[in-house]
Amino acid sequence: MAQIILFAPLIGALIAGFGWRLIGETAAQWLTTGLLFLSCLLSWVVFLTLDASVTQQIHILDFIRSGTLDTAWSIRLDRLTAIMLIVVTSVSALVHLYSFGYMAHDHAWKEGEHYKARFFAYLSFFTFAMLMLVTADNLVQMFFGWEGVGVASYLLIGFYYKKPSANAAAIKAFVVNRVGDFGFVLGIVALYFLVDSIKMDDVFAAAPQLAETQLTFLWTDWNAANLIAFLLFIGAMGKSAQLFLHTWLPDAMEGPTPVSALIHAATMVTAGVFLVCRMSPVFEYAPEAKTFIVYIGATTAFFAATVGLVQNDIKRVIAYSTCSQLGYMFVAAGVGVYSVAMFHLLTHAFFKAMLFLGAGSVIHGMHHEQDMRNYGGLRKKFPMTFWAMLIGTLAITGVGIPLTTIGFAGFLSKDAVIESAYAGTNGGYAFWMLVIAALFTSFYSWRLMFLTFWGEPRGDKHTHEHAHESPTVMLVPLGVLAIGAVFSGMVWYNSFFGHTDTVGKFFGVPYAEAEAHGDAEGEAAAEGEHHYVLTGAPGEGAIHVAPGNTVLDDAHKVPKWVKVSPFIAMILGLAVAWWFYIVNPAMPKRVAEVNRPLYLFLLNKWYFDEIYDFVFVKPARWIGGFFWKRGDGNVIDGAINGVSMGVIPFVTRLAGRAQSGYIFTYAFWMVIGIAVLVTWMSLTGGAQ
Amino acid sequence: MIQADLNIILPEIVLSVFAMSALVGTVYTAKDRAAGLLTWVTAGVLALVALWIGLTGEGVNVAFGGMFHDDAFARFAKVTILLSAAVVLVMSQDYMARRGMLRFEYPVLVTLSAVGMMMMVSAGDLIALYMGLELQSLALYVVASLRRDSMKSTEAGLKYFILGALSSGLLLYGASLIYGFAGTTLFSGIIGAAGDGQAPLGLLFGLVFMIAGLAFKVSAVPFHMWTPDVYEGSPTPVTAFFATAPKVAAMALFARVMHDAFGGVSNDWGQIVSLLAVLSMFLGAIAAIGQTNIKRLMAFSSIAHMGYAMIGLAAGTALGVEAMLIYMAIYVTMNIGTFAFIMSMEKDGKPVTDISALNMYAKREPGRALAMLVLMFSLAGVPPMLGFFAKLGVWRAALDADMVWLVVASAVASAIGAFYYLRIVYYMYFGEEGETLETGRAPVLWVCLMGSAAVMVLGIINLFGIEGAAAAAAATLVN
Repeated sequence: MAQIILFAPLIGALIAGFGWRLIGETAAQWLTTGLLFLSCLLSWVVFLTLDASVTQQIHILDFIRSGTLDTAWSIRLDRLTAIMLIVVTSVSALVHLYSFGYMAHDHAWKEGEHYKARFFAYLSFFTFAMLMLVTADNLVQMFFGWEGVGVASYLLIGFYYKKPSANAAAIKAFVVNRVGDFGFVLGIVALYFLVDSIKMDDVFAAAPQLAETQLTFLWTDWNAANLIAFLLFIGAMGKSAQLFLHTWLPDAMEGPTPVSALIHAATMVTAGVFLVCRMSPVFEYAPEAKTFIVYIGATTAFFAATVGLVQNDIKRVIAYSTCSQLGYMFVAAGVGVYSVAMFHLLTHAFFKAMLFLGAGSVIHGMHHEQDMRNYGGLRKKFPMTFWAMLIGTLAITGVGIPLTTIGFAGFLSKDAVIESAYAGTNGGYAFWMLVIAALFTSFYSWRLMFLTFWGEPRGDKHTHEHAHESPTVMLVPLGVLAIGAVFSGMVWYNSFFGHTDTVGKFFGVPYAEAEAHGDAEGEAAAEGEHHYVLTGAPGEGAIHVAPGNTVLDDAHKVPKWVKVSPFIAMILGLAVAWWFYIVNPAMPKRVAEVNRPLYLFLLNKWYFDEIYDFVFVKPARWIGGFFWKRGDGNVIDGAINGVSMGVIPFVTRLAGRAQSGYIFTYAFWMVIGIAVLVTWMSLTGGAQ
Repeated sequence: MIQADLNIILPEIVLSVFAMSALVGTVYTAKDRAAGLLTWVTAGVLALVALWIGLTGEGVNVAFGGMFHDDAFARFAKVTILLSAAVVLVMSQDYMARRGMLRFEYPVLVTLSAVGMMMMVSAGDLIALYMGLELQSLALYVVASLRRDSMKSTEAGLKYFILGALSSGLLLYGASLIYGFAGTTLFSGIIGAAGDGQAPLGLLFGLVFMIAGLAFKVSAVPFHMWTPDVYEGSPTPVTAFFATAPKVAAMALFARVMHDAFGGVSNDWGQIVSLLAVLSMFLGAIAAIGQTNIKRLMAFSSIAHMGYAMIGLAAGTALGVEAMLIYMAIYVTMNIGTFAFIMSMEKDGKPVTDISALNMYAKREPGRALAMLVLMFSLAGVPPMLGFFAKLGVWRAALDADMVWLVVASAVASAIGAFYYLRIVYYMYFGEEGETLETGRAPVLWVCLMGSAAVMVLGIINLFGIEGAAAAAAATLVN
């Protein structure tokens, strides 16, 4: 079954990509979509019937055998994989369906040009690569998937290859990801160097020893576990667009909107989070690396949220929102509650995909107008889309009933992250950053809603008059995702963020009753509850929690104000957005005028692109130009040209002159030759 | 005893008797009218003897007290020599007949020089060496001036003769020095006197003079000056002959003297040979650039190629000798094809040797042009062609002997040399429109050209088993 899930998208991609001329474009579209739905159905079957306590390894073929490196190509099937399977295949299947409508009449292509089969083939190829990544049983296999999604992402961002900006964005995504991949590869190599294996099981089993190993790298010695975890996280930063390597994600919005929904919101960008969770046995032994993750994640969440406040392009707002939400996930992973990271990953996939597809629906209906300043009052024109987007917004901002487990998906998962952050950092930097980010999230999400669906129509009248709701084929995916956005949090709350025993059972990690340790235990016992701790060895079960890591448990015992704080932040954000964009629409402009430097700072994304351009791109170009013009042009070409056009013809003329035609000249040269040879021999030969 | 000795040199005796009886028989009967027939018959006889030697010879047979060696090395060289001589004769017949210069002496002289070459490659003694060398050379001097009525041809013959005499003198002087210091003319005795790594200076002087004499025969720089003039002046079929069989014989003799007589002091002669090799490669590459006459150009090309072949010799190992033999076999094959092409170059019935006449030849004769392109690429050593693998072989031998500088130098030289080979291709494919050559008529030339080009391509897959023979030959020489 797992094989079918894995290879159905590949078969679809191959047939659609290479055989669409034979079977026709429409058939190719149906084929890929059909196979994806099959894959999706089977994934849900796997997810629901999974026995999490056993990690299955399904051998497919032998991969690399060289020296001590013996790697098979096999599927690692546990809870982590199963979660990713349903996320990837569900969103992908819905995006395939959605693309029928969205890509039906693309203005970038002239009549008679074929692009649909190519698009669907890329989508299916991406899905295959992503599945390859999440089912990997060893690191090289994972790297294969990792690069596969990179390629698919490159192809899809640059799908409108006639547009220079799309090509530039595609290259940027590829190059920035290479920086991360360099770290990832170094991590894999370091693991192989120390463990002599790249199989997950061997690596996990060796994790405790790694913590006690020192490794010399660059200029000094490092703790091996910390160094490896750090290098792996560099890879995750690239793929998941964390701060410093995030610059490609907003530009990636050049791709068609379904691509943004699938790759740059729901699945590929979460690969970094998945990597950290998958490698949790290693990260658990790398406290410094985990602290680093928490800081990067929290800062990214805050940074991206601030930039999202002022963006005008509807897709960019959602892109920065994605970046920000990925920061939340990393904070959860960084404090050691991998289940919560996966929880937010799951719920985020639903509501973020829906927001993107909703935005795509608006863009589609508004004839590819993406600037929100030209929207307004679209509630009537797009009734279904409006409701879908509203649900998505309620989910992302975290609407629910405080102190209960009733609410939209984002309410439950985001609050879980924030509570974990409080528990894991003792109410430190990460917690406050996330709460502030929650406020900003609420503000920019509602700003998007208000600017788009409320108020008076702005911008081109003609466009507004011809605006139309999207076809059913695009609305159905929105509806399905809406179900997920509403219910996924409530349904799986206990599995991901319940008591330790339910979480342990869900992830297949052995657990045992905790020994008494202090007052909290006494209280709990008094309430008649049992307390459990996860006791699995590294590699047992889908995630690993080191002994002494009780953040999951502690997160439930945070003060009440902490639990309520994200809700308050959400209300505040909503209120400010309401005031700015409904009550007093002139207000934002005035605020921007008063705080102009700040406004520009945010509008220009903290000047990251400019700084990188100055620090990396310009010098690299200068060096490249130098080597090209001076090194290659002047030195190499100059030398070769000089020799071939100056020296050699000169020698040729000399040789021609020596060839005089007179016998005495020839004889003379022979005598000179023998004289030289004899002299040489008498100086160097035999007796000497 | 004498019976056994004669048995060993039976192929040489057969050819000598054939040559003399053909000479006498034709003089008293048909004279030049039978020249065409005689050429074909001679070619057949040479090919048969080649087959005979190649198929039946085995082991190491020594005749006349060590003066004559019949071993795998000699057989390899002899087969190459005889086959190339036979092919050149076949190619010559039509060309010479149409220009009225086909004399019945021509095949006879070629046969006699072939006998001389067989003697050379089998020599186990300085006297035998000289006898073979002179028999070969005297025949070649005459052949060079085959067109008695042509100034150029007679000039070529005369120059060749005088300079050849000078080189023979050098060689003989070296031989007498060696005899004086070693007390014997037998190679097996000299190698004992030369010792292992240490040799008296007088012996080394003798060695240098011997090398000079041999270098003249292989036309290595600075003993090469005769080559362009003789190649240009001689009738083209004769040039083709010069560029093939005698080169193989001289190279083989060179290797035999160095290894059989001076195997112990390979460090000493290795230096000299590598110096000659480098000089030859560079001069061959650079001087050829200035040539517009394709025959002169091929003369410099052969100088350069002898340089590459000498790399194998300079390595001083069995691998080197093997690489050298393969190089020579491939080189001969390439040259036969190239000269077949040159012989077919004509305008208004007259031979043309100016390379600018090749302008846009590809339009008129795409098949021949393509074959020539393959041959030129192969001569230049462009990778997919066999010529590259020939170079690769000698480079590998040199690397094996830690002569990296020699490899680098020869790679540079071959890059320079590629220019003039590619220029011919350039003229054929991208040259200016102008008067082009006529279509060659002789089918034999077409077959030789195409066959040679085909070998350059097919040889990559399979060298027709010559590696094994060359390895066996090298093993008998170097031990």
